[in-house]
Amino acid sequence: MSQAEVTMGAHSGLMEEPAFRVPAKKMAMWLFIIADSATFAGCLVAYGFIRNATPDWPRPFHGITNVALMTLILLTSSLTMLFGVRHAQMGDKAKAFRWTLITAVCGIIFAVLHIREWMRMIGEGATLFHNPWGTPLFSSLFFSITGLHLLHVTGGVIALIAVALRYQGGRYGADDLEITGLYWHFVDLVWMFVVPLVYLLNLAH
Amino acid sequence: MTTAETQKNGGVGKDLIVYGCLMALAGIQFVIAYQEISASQMFVRMLIVACVEAALALLFFMHLWENRGLKWFVLIFTVAVILGMQYGWTDSFRILDGAPWAK
Repeated sequence: MSQAEVTMGAHSGLMEEPAFRVPAKKMAMWLFIIADSATFAGCLVAYGFIRNATPDWPRPFHGITNVALMTLILLTSSLTMLFGVRHAQMGDKAKAFRWTLITAVCGIIFAVLHIREWMRMIGEGATLFHNPWGTPLFSSLFFSITGLHLLHVTGGVIALIAVALRYQGGRYGADDLEITGLYWHFVDLVWMFVVPLVYLLNLAH
Repeated sequence: MTTAETQKNGGVGKDLIVYGCLMALAGIQFVIAYQEISASQMFVRMLIVACVEAALALLFFMHLWENRGLKWFVLIFTVAVILGMQYGWTDSFRILDGAPWAK
């Protein structure tokens, strides 16, 4: 029994229902997602603004293999996360734990591929304030937007492992796994906009 | 969500269908990238596909479909914020073309 339930006692029936009948923790995650989507939207709109206003915008990407592989892995990780949550809701702790760890591994593979992409670009002479293809704004925006996303993926992987371990240990429930899953799906959702705007629109023809 | 509710809402089969649709839409974006069209046409087409992908992920992967009140709250708030950010676009065209002040 939670502290709130002990304090409220017999008056708990008089308490107001949670907003939209969503538990407080889940609502907090939704509010975070809404706020974070505004952050990413701000970054992408700023990118679009600068790209539109800069003549001779560079198109340095020659292949799509790496980015296609990253997309495949991130989309698949969303599916494995769903499997984890479904098993948790059915009370199958072992499978829920396993699928959540598979999701975290997908996140790690994604991060490794992402860093490999960065290293390739850095090897070609791109830094945060300079690149060999034209306006330095390109690499500033590229590293900022993809870096912000990579930061979210890294945070998500840490959260997934931490929550999965606590779930396995009995300290967290299926709801906690579901809330972490919401965050992971959001990271996937953001990638759906980053890929076309930052990578595919800058593909060399 | 209980086991019965999970079954009622389509379960794993629905997840796999949505995953398949997302993969197909991602593939369409890559096809658009190789089309011989202008950057603005490419931008519009890719953005439409990305919005459809995002809607599928929100409604089915994030289960927004199952909560009507929250669905409208998220939709109205997010769309209002994103529309507000479109305020500066005309200025980016001005920087590029020097119009209308330069003319």
